[in-house]
Amino acid sequence: MKWSLPENIATYGGKIDAIFWVITVVTGIAFVLVEIGIIWFAVKYRRREGRRAYYTHGNKALEVLWTSVPALALVALGIYSADVWAQIKGRDSAPAGSLMLGVRAKQFEWNVTYPGADGTLGTSDDFVVRNQLHFPVNRPILIQLESEDVLHSFFIPQLRVKQDAVPGMTIPVWFEATKTGGYQIGCAELCGLGHYRMRARVTIHEPDEYERWHAEQVASR
Amino acid sequence: MAGAVTYYAGRAPERGLAVYTQKVGMWVFLASEVMFFTSLIGSYIILRFGASETWPLPGEVLNIPVTAINTFILICSSVTMVKAFAAAEVGDKRGTRLFTLATALIGSTFLGVQILEYRELLHEGFGPSSGLYGSTFYTMTGFHGFHVFSGVCCLFWASWKAFRGGYDNRAYKGLEVLGLYWHFVDLVWIILFTVVYLI
Amino acid sequence: MATIVAEPTGRPVVREPHELSFIRKYIFSSDHKVIGIQFLFLSLFFLLAGGLLAMMIRWQLAWPGQPMPLGSLFPETMAPDGIMLPEFYNSLVTMHGTFMIFFAVMLLLVGVFANYLIPLQIGAPDMAFPRINMASFWVAVPAGLIALASFLVEGGAAGAGWTSYAPLSAMPEASGVSLGQQMWIVSLVLLGLSSILGSTNYITTVINMRAPGMTWMRLPLTVWALFITAILALLSMPVLTGAMIMLLFDQTIGTHFFLPAEGGQPLLWQHLFWFFGHPEVYVLILPAMGFTSEILANGSRKPVFGYHAMVGALVSIAVLGFMVWGHHMFQSGMNPLLATSFMVSTMVIAVPSAIKTFNWMGTMWRGNLHFHTPMLFAIGFVMLFVIGGLSGIFMASAPFDIFIHDTYFIVAHIHYVLFGGALFGIFAAIYYWFPKMFGRMMNEKLGKVHFALTFLFFNLVFFPMHTQGLAGMMRRLYQTTGYEHLEGLQWTHVLITISAFGLFLSGMLFAVNFAWSLFRGPKAPANPWNATTLEWQTPSPPMHGNWEEVPVVYHGPHEYSHPDVADKDWLAQNERPDVVSPARP
Repeated sequence: MKWSLPENIATYGGKIDAIFWVITVVTGIAFVLVEIGIIWFAVKYRRREGRRAYYTHGNKALEVLWTSVPALALVALGIYSADVWAQIKGRDSAPAGSLMLGVRAKQFEWNVTYPGADGTLGTSDDFVVRNQLHFPVNRPILIQLESEDVLHSFFIPQLRVKQDAVPGMTIPVWFEATKTGGYQIGCAELCGLGHYRMRARVTIHEPDEYERWHAEQVASR
Repeated sequence: MAGAVTYYAGRAPERGLAVYTQKVGMWVFLASEVMFFTSLIGSYIILRFGASETWPLPGEVLNIPVTAINTFILICSSVTMVKAFAAAEVGDKRGTRLFTLATALIGSTFLGVQILEYRELLHEGFGPSSGLYGSTFYTMTGFHGFHVFSGVCCLFWASWKAFRGGYDNRAYKGLEVLGLYWHFVDLVWIILFTVVYLI
Repeated sequence: MATIVAEPTGRPVVREPHELSFIRKYIFSSDHKVIGIQFLFLSLFFLLAGGLLAMMIRWQLAWPGQPMPLGSLFPETMAPDGIMLPEFYNSLVTMHGTFMIFFAVMLLLVGVFANYLIPLQIGAPDMAFPRINMASFWVAVPAGLIALASFLVEGGAAGAGWTSYAPLSAMPEASGVSLGQQMWIVSLVLLGLSSILGSTNYITTVINMRAPGMTWMRLPLTVWALFITAILALLSMPVLTGAMIMLLFDQTIGTHFFLPAEGGQPLLWQHLFWFFGHPEVYVLILPAMGFTSEILANGSRKPVFGYHAMVGALVSIAVLGFMVWGHHMFQSGMNPLLATSFMVSTMVIAVPSAIKTFNWMGTMWRGNLHFHTPMLFAIGFVMLFVIGGLSGIFMASAPFDIFIHDTYFIVAHIHYVLFGGALFGIFAAIYYWFPKMFGRMMNEKLGKVHFALTFLFFNLVFFPMHTQGLAGMMRRLYQTTGYEHLEGLQWTHVLITISAFGLFLSGMLFAVNFAWSLFRGPKAPANPWNATTLEWQTPSPPMHGNWEEVPVVYHGPHEYSHPDVADKDWLAQNERPDVVSPARP
């Protein structure tokens, strides 16, 4: 049974998961205090003969306290999150030397453009593979994400990556995997009747394996 | 259930604003209209100034001189509207009739000129499907025109009421409230004209 | 029909009093109470319809590819051999959201209770513009009928989600839905008009028609909540109308607002929709917060803890509500810097809701708690809304939202705030104000059973969805087979679906109680809850015009257990001018 987040295989995934755990602990404490408080009050202050409620309109000091404590906690969370956000989604946050690939979403498949033998994306020897995303481990990958028709969303859970693909825009998405293996892309934005089956295979290779696969692909075209 | 009678025992209701209720209602309604036109005009601004290709200059497609005169015509109708209300306030029944009808007629003239301009543009092949410019132009001016049309209908009804002696120095609220609406429609047009035709 | 006008001199002006026909009294009535009850029947019908759609969605998720019960009743275009098609599933998901949000919850919170309660609670004989009020109901009816009829046209009902993102919603060739999507738009434009007409009435009435002595700071929190809600609706719905018109034109007359081919921007739809959509979700919760404050005070026999702070929180939620819309668009491709600014404002807006939660607890603290059915639902509201609010913090953090955006974690959050929050508040309000509306009491025992079962099944249905979302289950999926990261989740779908059937049946208990009590409930006194607000100081149901003599107000709205009132534990707003309240310690 999966009770929590899937395994994390992304370099920046740890930061995202850390935010999750911090929020879980803080909200968990708030949850327990509030719910137990309510149940306790319900039991302790249930009506009894001859009892009268305590007439009060409030308490200013308490109001200030329970306004400022959550406010401080939330602002702190916001500042920390902003930093992580900039590192992951900042327009120029992809590390230098990233391997650039193109992903073009369309109803209901993912078309991946690889650089050809010249190693540069955007030249005439680029080739497209349908529904298969291959890349090497331990190297930053920069995807130029596009859409052919409607909104889609590029989602690989274990890499903690999600980005909407918008027709008319090319959006940069970067990540770096720490583990090889087979995973999937799922579409995370309703895109029509085939949304539920818009999947693709993700294969993360050892670097030399990737080179071999790439060379084979180039040779066969 | 017979018609009920409810008494205020000598004390007046609390009023949040020192303005009669129908006027408060019209201001509140106009706030929603501001948001509606903001969504249309705001979208136009975003689409135009965020566009990678340049849009045609307004003068290349639209007839600015004719529309400028039409704008002046609409402003005149606001003047007659003010005069209609002023007449009602002092009990000048003849003035009320005259100026309310004048406002309705001038408003109709504005609409007529707009319809002629649409026909001209469509004839030249500039329609709602003519790129983003066509999309935004027809949507914004079309809905403004719809609001003018609604106002003109109300104005003809108000004129008919004025001719039956329905407005005087005690019963003028309906006219004042209609006037507020009419001035708002005029103001939206001035903004539209500036943003769409002049910039 | 009598028309009452409040003249500055205080003397009434009555026009044309005469006996009304059945049609004028119950069908085309301008009495705010009748209009409120008309909205009640309309919206309860859509609550049922939305619930049935949900049952079908849940069937498909638990037993994908299995014929539905009564499946043979559906045409080939929806469910051949009773097995639903993916496009029909998309329509179900879309229309479930549409029915529930626009036609059930919004109409129940605002159409019913703003109409019914505002004049009564402020001490007015009716709304400022009774005929415009009648129009607001009669515009909502065709809106609902068009939405229902959209299932029957070629291509089926709208299937791009209740959020109707472009370009999918603007391109029939991509969605497979043409007329259905257009009907959806027309329906919601009409509903928007109904809402704007209603809001104009509510706002004007509260501003200008409060009874003598009913100052702003003596208004019941229900009225404050409904008043602020009306302002939110007034300013946000027109933006939706504008967006809908642009979408309709993209589909029909060849415009390109949201279609990239000629330079249109899909993201423009999202900005416009959520600029409306975020204030809209506060429209969907603020009235329920108002009801909760009032009912908790009544059930605890204590004034609301921190009335001024509660009003301040309502106002700040509304103002901030217009500044956070981008948090629905963190992953949309908009500028990441813009996302950061929205993240900050979103963190801030959690604060006033936290304040309200603590104040509700403060209201219960050291009270003398009466657990009548409305009180149970009000307490349930607080317990469940807290979970919804806390789950919102996970999404407010944009980097964590990368993972949970468009997953079932969001679905869990939505339902905790809309069902655990708004709908529990609605149930509390219906049980509480039913006696006033219909002059009869609902059955208490059945009410308590309804509460217990709803609370239980609700949590069984929606809490596991948090886990499904954390596992990475995306939204609006016709089925989850084929995804490796979702293997092993199937038993959770079954658990949720079976609990959902239980939840639906629990709702039937309410329906039976409601229908039975309408005709056979014990007669209700004017004030069955010993409550302080003005609507309880007039018969159940009130006469046309609400009072023979408009009350004069001397006290705040929730003066329970006042120390200078010895013989009872409540002080009506319009009695005992000799008693000073709030009492100073």
